[in-house]
Parts: sequence; C-alpha cells; structure tokens
Amino acid sequence: MAKTTKILIAGFGGQGILFSGKALAYTGLKSGMEVSWLPSYGPEMRGGTANCSVILSDTPIGSPIVDKPDVLIAMNLPSLEKYEYETEKDGFIIYDSSLISKTITREDVVVAGIPATKLASDNGLDGLANMIIMGKVIKETNVLTLDQVKTSLAQMVPAKKQELLAKNVKAIELGFNY
Amino acid sequence: MAEKVLMKGNEALAEAAIMAGCKYYFGYPITPQTEVAAYMAKRMPKIGGTFLQAESEVAAINMVIGVASCGKRVMTSSSSPGISLKSEGISYLAGCELPALIVNVQRGGPGLGGIQPSQSDYFQATKGGGHGDYKLIVLAPASVQEMVSLTFKGFDLADKYRMTSMILADGTMGQMMEPVSLDLGEVKEYAKPWATTGTANHEGRNIINSLSLSPAQLEEWNKSRYERYAIVERDEVMYEEFMMEDAEICVVAFGIAARISKNAIMEARKKGVKVGMIRPITLWPFPKDALKKAAAKVKSFLSVELNMGQMIDDVKLAIDCSKPVYLCNRTGGVLMSPDEVVAKIDEIQKGEAKAW
Repeated sequence: MAKTTKILIAGFGGQGILFSGKALAYTGLKSGMEVSWLPSYGPEMRGGTANCSVILSDTPIGSPIVDKPDVLIAMNLPSLEKYEYETEKDGFIIYDSSLISKTITREDVVVAGIPATKLASDNGLDGLANMIIMGKVIKETNVLTLDQVKTSLAQMVPAKKQELLAKNVKAIELGFNY
Repeated sequence: MAEKVLMKGNEALAEAAIMAGCKYYFGYPITPQTEVAAYMAKRMPKIGGTFLQAESEVAAINMVIGVASCGKRVMTSSSSPGISLKSEGISYLAGCELPALIVNVQRGGPGLGGIQPSQSDYFQATKGGGHGDYKLIVLAPASVQEMVSLTFKGFDLADKYRMTSMILADGTMGQMMEPVSLDLGEVKEYAKPWATTGTANHEGRNIINSLSLSPAQLEEWNKSRYERYAIVERDEVMYEEFMMEDAEICVVAFGIAARISKNAIMEARKKGVKVGMIRPITLWPFPKDALKKAAAKVKSFLSVELNMGQMIDDVKLAIDCSKPVYLCNRTGGVLMSPDEVVAKIDEIQKGEAKAW
C-alpha cells in the first residue's frame, strides 16, 4: 500500500518554518523516499505568514501543494485557525502551545501541543522552537526516525557551523522527549 | 547515476545551464526567479564565466544578442513583466536567427500583476510576444528534474536549429525543492560558421542582422526560417501520456497544472471515471498529432490552465474542434485544488459542463 504523508508547517516568517521543512524533506530524500518541498513565498522575511508544504512518499508525488495536510504543524494562531478543519481525518495537529491558547475541537485527529517557544527560551535555544516542535512531530507521527533526522542534519549543517548542529540536535531531542 | 540532491527549481535550472556550457548570464532581479540570478552571481566567477546584472531587462536581452552573435551559449531569465520588456530583443534574436535560452518563471499578470505562480504568458511565449513572423521553442517543465533536463535540452535545440528556446516555468517550479539528478550526459557541440568570431579562419565577414529593406529578401528569410520551424514541428515534439489507454476524458495540462491534474485523475479514477492526461512538454511545437490521435478515442477534452483559457485554443485547433473541449482554470496567481479539477470532471460526466 502506497504511503504518502502531506505535511504543512505554518506560522510567522522568521520562525524557521522553511528550514524545518527542508530538514524533513532532506531526511526523506536520504531515507530513500520521494519528497517535495514548496514554500509560500512573498515579500515577507520576518513577520507575516509563512508556510511550507512537504510531502514524503514512497511513490512519485503529484501536486507538491499541501492544502489538506495529514500533519499540520501550527506555530501561530492564524495558521491553526486556517488549517485546523483542512487537516485530514486521522491526521495530526501539532502546535506551539506557548503561542496558541485556543482549544482544538477536532476529535478525529491526534492533537498534541508543546510549548516550543517557551522551552526554547528556557533552555538557551532561542530561535529553535521550530526544531523542538519537529522533535515532537517525529515522536507522534513516526514518519521519520529521530536517528534519520539527526544523521541528515549533520549532513545539512556546513562543517564551519558545527556548533549550530549541536543546538539543533538538542532542540529536536528536547521536543522528542517532551 | 549520480546521487540525487535536493535543490530549488531556480537553482537547479541555473546549475543545468552551466553544465550545458553556458558561461554568460545577463539578468535583472524579479520575483519569483531571482534565485536564478543569485546562483549565477555566485557560480559564474568560479568557472571563469560572466554574470552581469544589467541596468534593465532591455539591456540584459541586448547583451544576450551580443554574446549569441559570437556563437557562445548565453541565457537570461526573468518573470512575466520582465519578459515583456525583453520581447523586442527576443524578436531581434529570432530575426537574426540566434541561439539563446530565455527563462520565464511566470507570475500573475497583466501589468505588474502579482508575484504568485501563473501560466498566463502562454500566448506570449507560443504566439509571439515580440513582433514579426517567428517562433520560439517553448519548453514547459513540470518538476525540478525537468527544470534541469529541459534547460539542457533547450540549449541543444537552440544550437541545432539556430533558434531561441524559452523555458516557460512558473513560480512553483522555481520555488519548490525536489530531489534532482544532475547527470546530464555530454554537451553536443554544433559548428557555428555564421558566428562573428573574427576573420581568422574564413574569408569575408560574418554579419548578424535582422534588417532587410528588400521585401523580397525579407520574405525569403522568413520562408526559409519557417522551413526550419517545420522540421522542429516534425522532429522535436515532446509530451507525456498519463493513463490514456482507456481514457474517455483527456485532460491537457502543462507545468504545475499537470501535477495538480495528476492528483485529480487519481481521485476520479477511484470513482471509476476513465480520465487520462496528455501533458505537453513542448508548448511549441505543440503535440497536435498526439491530441488528434486521442480525439479518435476519447469523448471530450479538459484543458487545465492557470490563466483565463489560452492553451485551450491550441487544443481545439489540434483536434479540429471534433470533440467538446472544457476548461478548468484559475488565474491571477491562484492555484486550483485537485478537488476543483475533480468537480469539473464530474460536471463533464453528468453533462452539466459548458464546452468552451
């Protein structure tokens, strides 16, 4: 049976939405999957809405656009409100509970909140809420393994910036073990 | 087979151009193709090539004419409004019979339009854009891999036929990342005895020119060029057939619209509707014969486009209006969802859709 996971990461520009999407796509590629990564693009660099469609599949991917995600990663309230009811039945909604206080009413999806932004600042990992929430996503969905992501991150981070790798790995593990 | 790497469409296209032997790039930034220029700015100095950000699109295309006249592989890229500015130069390239590659990563129009993906430059690319009797070879990638392979192909065809090729992509193709193989094979070299490379190796002068004040001569030039175009139409058509074996409805779509349509076709098939697709890869030459052949088998056609209905005219011409042709479209930078395409297919099935 063909398996395709459509992931939508949505939040503000500057939250590392595109990078965490790239980490998922790159890990998928290294794990032998078909992958696609499509950013929303626009004039915004920081602030404004940003989202990123990632598809991981064991068969060739048709449209790279995710409008009905299997996995919604919501990093702000507008994104959650926009996509909560678009999320596929039996899918996942994983959100940053330090930025979103809304109660999610969907009962036919797995809902998991994690105070990623707060965890980041409490642990000296400012700016890495995206990777903390990704750890949680991996834990909940099993779409990729923690080891796969750690291995591919090591390949993604250039040799000159290895100190960033340790922080990213720490963030992912923090989310995974939360 | 080289290992696949994850690359953005715009960057993969730029790298493919370099691998095809393009050492000259002239451009001017515009969303959503700016990564092409940025990549060229980074790479060209390292390979001894030239990256030049011109003062305008018009300047950039005229620089392309200069390098093309010398017989070197050269490209420029832009997005819709920028291509309009380049159109005078594109007509001159055609008139001078110069090989070059133009990349249009389309955005919504007309005018300054928007920055979101669109396919509304179909007419501009395939029917002219600039003035005069001419054609471009127009290639429409539907994946990052095709951004690469068609760029390579575009340079080859341009040299082979002394024509200008155009990559007609859109914002999604430029911005998305997919795994891509950069294993492109050998670059074929073509003799260019017409190039202005000095008089060292031949007698007389080579002159690159599109001006003729003699109508008889200009007519002759145009006719001889169209004889070459006829060969391109005969030999260089590219398209992909998807689930056409038993199809009763034939979707025609290119680029991102074809990707969306594939999802829709899979959905419709689950409901037992026999739908297939012909995806033109060359928009000029248009896969007329493939559509004509399909017309003998299918009940109707559905053109799926991100514009107000442009390619649909070519679909109707290709099949001599022998079957009803329907349109499913969005425009202005809005993408249709697969569901919208499925809904249109349902309407056609129920006889509720209005033909174009």
